[in-house]
Amino acid sequence: MSGNGTPLLEIQNVSKYFGSVIALEDVSAFVRAGEVTCLLGDNGAGKSTLIKVLSGVHKPTKGKYFFDGKEYNFSSPRDALELGIATVYQDLAMIPLMSVWRNFFLGSEPTKGWGPFRSYDSEFAKRTTKEEMAKMGIDIRDPDQTVGTLSGGERQSVAIARAVYFGAKVLILDEPTAALGVKQAGVVLKYILQARNRGIGVIFITHNPHHAYPVADHFVILRRGMVYGDYTKAELPLEQLVQMMAGGADLEVLQHELEQASREGGEEAEALAETAQAIESELDELEEKGND
Amino acid sequence: MSTDTAPAPGAAPPASDERLREVSRVSRLLSRPELGAVVGAVLVWVFFAIVAYDNNFVSWATTAAIFNRAAPLGILAIAVALLMIGGEFDLSIGSIVGFAGMTIMVLSFPSDGGGFGWSLWPAILAALIVALAIGWFNGFLVITTKLPSFIITLATLFIFRGLTIALTRLRTNRTQLGNLDEVEGFALADTLFASQFEIFGARFRVAILWWIGLALVATWVLLRTRQGNWIFGAGGDANAARSVGVPVNKVKIALFMTTAFAGFLVALIQAVQFTGADTLRGFQQEFEAIIAVVVGGTLLTGGYGSAIGALFGALIFAMVQQGIIITGVDGDWFQVFVGTVLVVAVIFNNFVRQKAAQR
Repeated sequence: MSGNGTPLLEIQNVSKYFGSVIALEDVSAFVRAGEVTCLLGDNGAGKSTLIKVLSGVHKPTKGKYFFDGKEYNFSSPRDALELGIATVYQDLAMIPLMSVWRNFFLGSEPTKGWGPFRSYDSEFAKRTTKEEMAKMGIDIRDPDQTVGTLSGGERQSVAIARAVYFGAKVLILDEPTAALGVKQAGVVLKYILQARNRGIGVIFITHNPHHAYPVADHFVILRRGMVYGDYTKAELPLEQLVQMMAGGADLEVLQHELEQASREGGEEAEALAETAQAIESELDELEEKGND
Repeated sequence: MSTDTAPAPGAAPPASDERLREVSRVSRLLSRPELGAVVGAVLVWVFFAIVAYDNNFVSWATTAAIFNRAAPLGILAIAVALLMIGGEFDLSIGSIVGFAGMTIMVLSFPSDGGGFGWSLWPAILAALIVALAIGWFNGFLVITTKLPSFIITLATLFIFRGLTIALTRLRTNRTQLGNLDEVEGFALADTLFASQFEIFGARFRVAILWWIGLALVATWVLLRTRQGNWIFGAGGDANAARSVGVPVNKVKIALFMTTAFAGFLVALIQAVQFTGADTLRGFQQEFEAIIAVVVGGTLLTGGYGSAIGALFGALIFAMVQQGIIITGVDGDWFQVFVGTVLVVAVIFNNFVRQKAAQR
């Protein structure tokens, strides 16, 4: 699916200032349909501001925003959403006290009947929730279950499935794996690939190169509000990506310290590394399937 | 992005899932928020049926008295339940009862007594508009200042109670106005809001029908409309709801206007029933309404609750009140009893909810 097609969503030379603070300076990035663009950056690199620009919350101070070849100037996130640019925020994804199906359709409830007797078509909502989740490869047991009883990874997955169902063409994911354990993060990464395979352009924001590397086609690395690097996967081995993320020398010191610690940690650390490797190979497999 | 129903072609019948435990009807019932209040109502009734059997507690007359007492409180409680599920408080509802009641009275009072001499229905309509405006004002202040609604409506509680007293006295030199039955249009209002009907020789007030009707409408809205879904969403997590396009501010303002409407309705019912109003009408009813709502299983933090629960909460409140009156226990103890019931109910509800979450 990946190719050299025209970008579905593109920003060119975007800058965003808050008073005297330069949050973003001259940032360019794009995503194509059926591709995953990864935005990487450490804390304070400007990721959050960039998400808000992409999702229509902030207007860029300078620069241009293109969707499907046309230039846009959003005044609210609603405008972006109507074009099919959906954002899934890490913390605002779901309402814990509400059931899965009520969450799934919150804000876009299906209705039946007419006039004052128009009611929420709960049968349709429950059935569709279960079907849509199944399409993403998630098997929810009971749509009446409250979201509070789901795990963090499952919640993110419901949010992604919801965005896909409501016609997202571009999916912006704000650190969907940040608060998750290794296995859970793997589950979410799997759904990112599923969404990509359905022809959606995914912008995946993270500070974790190990999460980014298996799923991304394209990397944009942010540092101090500027684009520090822009690479395709072929151009960039994982080690180099990790290095760039933290910035060369700092990381070498850190790595050294970590090695020291892991030597002391012994078997435990080894077991962890094995788990990580297993998941990575699983993801590689999935990806190959997706590319067929 | 179709939101209209389009039944999927050949939708498969729900396949059974081996990880799904067959959950019994009983335990499904247990997860309903109103369960605690229904069980509580039964327990309180049984308690008084035993303790006050000799005082004729188990009789149609007492039942009628309980329902007549519960109706006005229940009307307020149902609206407050919706608002609390939506994540906000309204402490000013008692003051709205007072303000709306005096609006009706002052406007319809003869002009030689300091009133405006309107006929009744225009006065009722004016009071409705005034009440809705107060509700809108509460909501608007909460939304724009982003202060807790507890503070905002605590302020408007005092403002509108004070205005009720000050304006009424300024205009009429009194704090009580009567003789509403002499105003043109009273007969119809009396039929609609203060008439009585007889069941087994006991006299039930028509307010009970308003109360139950309102509970049914509120339940339908909550569970079967998209606006209901928005109310749960706004109370559960306003930011999350906003991010998926729920008009949270509009929902909240509408909810404040709903509680104000309930205040107006109670003011109207009471003004017609007593053919007059007092500037202190509705005093402290905001607390009674909140108690009924909480006893009814609604969470103080929003996002969870039911209107049927509030209905039963008001019923419990009225049963306790009536039970204490007819057993001849000193009325001074009533508040002690209410406070105790409140604490027990909340503990019980939390317990049930935790059980339900583990099902």
